[in-house]
Amino acid sequence: MIAYTDKIRDIARRLLKDCRVETVIGFRNGSMPMMNEPCFIKNVDDVDHLIWDGNCGINLANYLTNRTDKIAVVAKGCDSRNIVTHIIENKIKREQLVIIGVPCKGMLDKRRIKAMAPGEVTRVVEDGESVRVCGAGFEKTYPRKDMLQANCAVCIHRNPVIYDELVADPVPEQQNVDRYEDVRAIEAMSAEEKWTYFENLLAPCIRCYACRNACPLCYCPTCFVDESTPQWVGKSQNPVDVRTFHFLRAYHCAGRCTDCGSCERACPMGINMRVFTKKLEKEAFEQWGWEAGLSLDQRPPLDTYRPDDPQDFMK
Amino acid sequence: MGVEPGRVHFSWISSAESTKFVDVVKKVTEAVRAVGPNQKFVKKELKVA
Repeated sequence: MIAYTDKIRDIARRLLKDCRVETVIGFRNGSMPMMNEPCFIKNVDDVDHLIWDGNCGINLANYLTNRTDKIAVVAKGCDSRNIVTHIIENKIKREQLVIIGVPCKGMLDKRRIKAMAPGEVTRVVEDGESVRVCGAGFEKTYPRKDMLQANCAVCIHRNPVIYDELVADPVPEQQNVDRYEDVRAIEAMSAEEKWTYFENLLAPCIRCYACRNACPLCYCPTCFVDESTPQWVGKSQNPVDVRTFHFLRAYHCAGRCTDCGSCERACPMGINMRVFTKKLEKEAFEQWGWEAGLSLDQRPPLDTYRPDDPQDFMK
Repeated sequence: MGVEPGRVHFSWISSAESTKFVDVVKKVTEAVRAVGPNQKFVKKELKVA
């Protein structure tokens, strides 16, 4: 991880010094453990703020929307797929970007680490394949692979699909991963069971919209939940309104979501709203063989017509 | 998402296919009647003590 950090700083320093870019978007240490925050580096002297470790789960493609300057951006596998989606959707031009690709070994699940630690966590250090969690009066070591975010554990695109510089050799992709075990479990439920399951899943939602704000796909100038004329959805905590928000937001991400996990990571209540976007990701794959953000040359299934588009649901 | 099967229908009907439109509407009405009134997506009144 330290090697990654050094390499990212070297590249950022070179790009800024040569005036190839005006801004470098990366991560710096947050004020709390496991809470790295995105940062914008505009000056060569500030390059040493940049870091890389297993807490860089936020998707940096989110900060590229409609920008007009030349930018270097640090990108994991999922970030790079979202950058591709941004380029396809005309939210940024490829020529504006220098993509610093990071072969990713998965991000750490801060909630699981906090839950397993016997006290308040003050420091988390990664050491190869293990994670050392330190706090007042305790120090524990766990295998890194057991501490990954749920989306990273089933990730099959760890290496950036598009990049100008790579900070390390590509990592081996995970093989024989069952990506949709959780989705199938929900699909097998009856209508009544599904209703109750989602009711319980969304019960803690406080509608802070952190999931939407962290999502690189949610770039509408005014989100449908914020519109007032007409008002598409109630603004209350009523379960019907909460459900409408989450389902509609997921539908807007159909065929675009890369399962980067930013929504779940940003949620202050720890709601796994990824089950919605994952179901749509599964549909896009099964119906059209589509995985979002793998190529700049292919149009997404929902903005193109093919004579063999499935239409069994039409009567 | 927990909506009963039989409540949602999709059909492609040209403006020239009036008879198909009638058939589909009849079928949809029957199917939805069989499922019964929609209790979900109805906001219940808050219980005030």
